[in-house]
Amino acid sequence: MKLKSIIIAGMSVLALGGLALPAGAQTFKFAFQADAQSLDPHSLNETFTLGLLGNVYEGLISYDKDMNRVPTLAVGWEVLSPTKWRFDLRQGVKFQNGNDFTAEDVVFTWERMGSEGSDQKALAGLIENITIIDDYTIEIDTPIPNPTLLNDLVTMYIMDKEWAVANNATKSSSPADAGRDGSYATTNANGTGPFMVESRQPDVKTVLVRNENYWGNDSIATNVQRVEFTPVSQAATRVAALLSGQIDLVYPVPVQDWNRLGNADGVSALTGPEARTIFLGMDQARDELLYSSVKGANPFKDPRVRHAFAFAIDINAIRETIMRGAATPSGLMWAPQIQGYNAQANTPHPFNPDKARSLLADAGYPDGFTVTMDCPNDRYVNDEKICQAVAGMLAKVGVTIDLLAQPKSQYFAKVLAQGGYDTSFYLLGWTPGSMDVFNVFNNLIACRNEEGTVGGFNLGGYCNERIDELSRIIASETDVELRQAAIDEAAQILKDEAGYIPLFQQPLSWGVRDGVSVAQRADNVLDLRNVVMP
Amino acid sequence: MLFFIGRRLYQAALVMLTVALVAFAMFQYVGDPVSNLAGQDTTVADRELLREALGLNDSVLEQFGRFIFNAVQGEFGQSYRMRVPVSDLIAERFPATLELSLVSALIALIVGIPMGVYTALRRNSWLARSFMTLSLIGISLPTFLIGIFLILFFGVILQWLPTFGRGQVVDLGWWTTGLLTASGWKSMIMPAITLAVFQMTLIVRLIRAEMLEVLRTDYIKFARARGLTERSISFSHALKNTLVPVITIIGLQIGSLIAFAIITESVFQWPGMGLLFIQAIGEVDIPIMSAYLLLIGFVFVLINLIVDILYFSIDPRLRVER
Repeated sequence: MKLKSIIIAGMSVLALGGLALPAGAQTFKFAFQADAQSLDPHSLNETFTLGLLGNVYEGLISYDKDMNRVPTLAVGWEVLSPTKWRFDLRQGVKFQNGNDFTAEDVVFTWERMGSEGSDQKALAGLIENITIIDDYTIEIDTPIPNPTLLNDLVTMYIMDKEWAVANNATKSSSPADAGRDGSYATTNANGTGPFMVESRQPDVKTVLVRNENYWGNDSIATNVQRVEFTPVSQAATRVAALLSGQIDLVYPVPVQDWNRLGNADGVSALTGPEARTIFLGMDQARDELLYSSVKGANPFKDPRVRHAFAFAIDINAIRETIMRGAATPSGLMWAPQIQGYNAQANTPHPFNPDKARSLLADAGYPDGFTVTMDCPNDRYVNDEKICQAVAGMLAKVGVTIDLLAQPKSQYFAKVLAQGGYDTSFYLLGWTPGSMDVFNVFNNLIACRNEEGTVGGFNLGGYCNERIDELSRIIASETDVELRQAAIDEAAQILKDEAGYIPLFQQPLSWGVRDGVSVAQRADNVLDLRNVVMP
Repeated sequence: MLFFIGRRLYQAALVMLTVALVAFAMFQYVGDPVSNLAGQDTTVADRELLREALGLNDSVLEQFGRFIFNAVQGEFGQSYRMRVPVSDLIAERFPATLELSLVSALIALIVGIPMGVYTALRRNSWLARSFMTLSLIGISLPTFLIGIFLILFFGVILQWLPTFGRGQVVDLGWWTTGLLTASGWKSMIMPAITLAVFQMTLIVRLIRAEMLEVLRTDYIKFARARGLTERSISFSHALKNTLVPVITIIGLQIGSLIAFAIITESVFQWPGMGLLFIQAIGEVDIPIMSAYLLLIGFVFVLINLIVDILYFSIDPRLRVER
């Protein structure tokens, strides 16, 4: 069989006059539930889009299969002062069109990320200036000391300046100007990475081929020469495609299909932990809840009510019944893979419905109350089922939940800033893009500011001034121990006040054909550098 | 005749305008596209800028007016999610849907008409009864269930047929076809059958009922009295006279095959317009949704027109009256 396929491959090489792949070429086929929105690495800061493009483009630094930072287009760095870093760039690297990679491309990329239309302006704003020392040395100035700069640089994918200038793509494309002048980079790509885009039909198929001139070809594990990526939106269709042997890897696989994959020949489910924390949030900003039977007061302003909710929820039961045992219960708002994690602080509230009832009675709600819960139904693993379980558990302590489960587009339109934080009680999940805890503080825990630059996803308006102070320390403290002390103190305050109710980290769920070796990264990114075909 | 067509086209424009207006009114409730277009680190201010740039802060009527103004010039805007012109996307996806619809309509006709005639002529035979039972199952089973059964049996267990996609397609420049390759045909079988089952059972039942009606009429009795063969009576007299209502229904059904291939397309990840549309709904891709609804409105109007014209050629009575 193997021999036959080699012969066939050989024949096709002859037939196509040597244009086809070398004999024995490995084609890897995978499916995800959606497509990357664009090939422009600066136009959308979204996990899958950046994950796919990470095979074509590269940053100065990247994550290996265990989420350790490894030098990539930078070979080394040095902290000159708390706000000044020097990076030595890798020499002899070529873009896929043959152009040389130099310091100019780094500066250009940074400028492009700050351009109008870019979705990475926040990232670009972490850098104040980049100075070119010579072709392969740069100095980066940051506006404040930034202990997480190296993590932040991972998704700063370097683009070739000459290529962008030649194709009128010097500014990042945005959804508003797609298809017009300047959107060349949306449908074309030219990075330094190990794979090149051969063809792409949005939402139908994207084909990548191996970059034979890749600088790191000797250091990456993969033997894949060609990659066919197909978005398959229906979960049942995705699983069937894997079971029928047409696809080598699919994700995500519904949790309830794990047994089926386990029982089938030739495939298995990969179910490692994801760095995404699922939690509940409560409106603590308004004087009266928008959706509750309690009038003239906001029960969530009382920490006893928030603690009561936390005590009423049996996280282990949710884990066992809904998540098939594959979630990691969490007492923190960030996962073990996140920089700043402290295992000692990770104990969740124990399940104690009696205590919940007495806390509610103390707070003046002996008969409970009614509140509406907002929940997405197509965003996280079994999200709606989790909300139903939470509603059931709260019912047992007297709190009646009106569950409003909606598709993510409607859900986010309602609960996010643009909807005016239109929620009283909600479920949300969060993976910090930088894999560092500051991102969690800045987006979820710190008090919301007027401009919406801090606390943009703090939908319940939780606010504690001491945590805000600590958050600023976490942002800029470069001493690891002092920084961890600040993190631990803030975590303790948050837990004492029950500002949020963390539930667990959801599992990753990939289905893989036996014999195909992949690395399942905690950020749910499929890095093709780690894919080895039999 | 020309007057008739002209009037129909005028009505078509009205219908499409109404469809577009209703669609735009509904778009206010499908969610916020910006939450899918911005990463989680994007600030509230930047999200607001994007909303402004996309014109989402304008009133419904303004957005509708702008859409119509552009649509009249053949400009349907850019897909938010895929960031390419909507007209390109539809042109790219239309062949897949049309091929699937036509093949399944053909299956429905080729299998359905003889079955219908047979069940009418041999009403009490064992075979006719089992055809009727089958058609009952076909008409009551939901499409996605049939699709998933087929995938499970022929795709996963037997592994004879591909479970998703269109297979190898040949690009003719202005049209991509899966009908010229073996893998294209193999990929076509299951979706086409899934889509055809409902239409087929509808045709069987319709033809049977109409045939039974016609077979009771006087001219059939007269034809028998003239001593014509049973074959000539059934096919050239009876069947021909059942065709007017059948063509109406089939015509409209082809419209719905194109419009409502959505479910079949998403079960088989068939890269047609239905799949494009359903994913656009999930991601609130308003330009795609509006262009699609307008196009489907147009297809229905067009098919109605063709059906009306067909009446003239099939039914001589209409020609006399006009």
